[in-house]
Amino acid sequence: MIESHAATPEIHGHPALQHHFENMEQQREAGTLGMWIFLVTEIMFFGGMFLAYTLYRTLYPEAFASASNHLDITLGAVNTGVLILSSFTMAMAVYFTQTGKSRPQVLCLILTLILGLTFLGIKAVEYHQKYTDRLIPGKLIPGAEFTTDPHAVHLLEGATLKQVEMFYYIYFAMTGMHALHMIIGAGLLLYLIIFSLKGRFDPEYHSPVEVIGLYWHFVDIVWIFLFPLLYLLGRHLEHH
Amino acid sequence: MSEHIVSVRIYITIFLVLLVGTALTVWAAFVDFPYGLNTVIAMTIAVTKATFVVLYFMHVRYSARLIWVIVGSALFWMAILFAFTFADYMTRHRLSIGI
Repeated sequence: MIESHAATPEIHGHPALQHHFENMEQQREAGTLGMWIFLVTEIMFFGGMFLAYTLYRTLYPEAFASASNHLDITLGAVNTGVLILSSFTMAMAVYFTQTGKSRPQVLCLILTLILGLTFLGIKAVEYHQKYTDRLIPGKLIPGAEFTTDPHAVHLLEGATLKQVEMFYYIYFAMTGMHALHMIIGAGLLLYLIIFSLKGRFDPEYHSPVEVIGLYWHFVDIVWIFLFPLLYLLGRHLEHH
Repeated sequence: MSEHIVSVRIYITIFLVLLVGTALTVWAAFVDFPYGLNTVIAMTIAVTKATFVVLYFMHVRYSARLIWVIVGSALFWMAILFAFTFADYMTRHRLSIGI
């Protein structure tokens, strides 16, 4: 092993190349592989919540439809568009890093961060609406426990308020966990922007941009499923 | 395997496909399809959108076979999670013990 180390002269190595990798390509592929394994654990983590959702929805279909119809479909749809656009700008940031165009690269990263924060802002508006409608489940907020008014949500036949509360537990768990991932993603983007401005990434070394991009797209995919499952499931029953 | 750079045209196409998919799923949600097809349609659109993101935005289409195996394993374990749980819950009424 010592011989092989000596046989690899330092002068040919990229400054970002770690000593335990043969070359930049191997290092990059190892990083991507590691990120995908992490994303598998993330899929399983969100999978548990999707399972809980599916289970309670099959148990209380009318309540889930009633509660879902109370969500703001416009804000949900706009947020879906915002997140898809942010995934696009993230993909473009990776592209410009790979092709060595540092100014558009930084611009795309900043755009992605702004779009991510826009998503969180709209989410906050929605959460506040739920707060004013007294739809925060349980007794999380002192003095504003879950509503007891049967007309707070238009209940479809067969739905009870208690079952509607279950929907909101799942809604806040899932969108809350998703929002937490967005906040972490925003922090990671900030790191990318700072180091991009320092000229740290180039076509040879761009694993951090690529790997954080994978994370960002994963969070986008979670929302692609959350939007129809939470916002759209009972719209066709609205006039029943 | 050397790195494949996905072209800007593909990125823009995927972006537009995702926007159309979103519009389509909102439209379909308001139509009262028979046989409870609403959920099937919504999930088909969502899975299609997610597949485009994974293949192109996340570069899996151009990635090593090992990455395909890893992604496949996630789907496989998810299938186990759902299949075994529902095999339980959906057959409990036969023992009349309730949930």
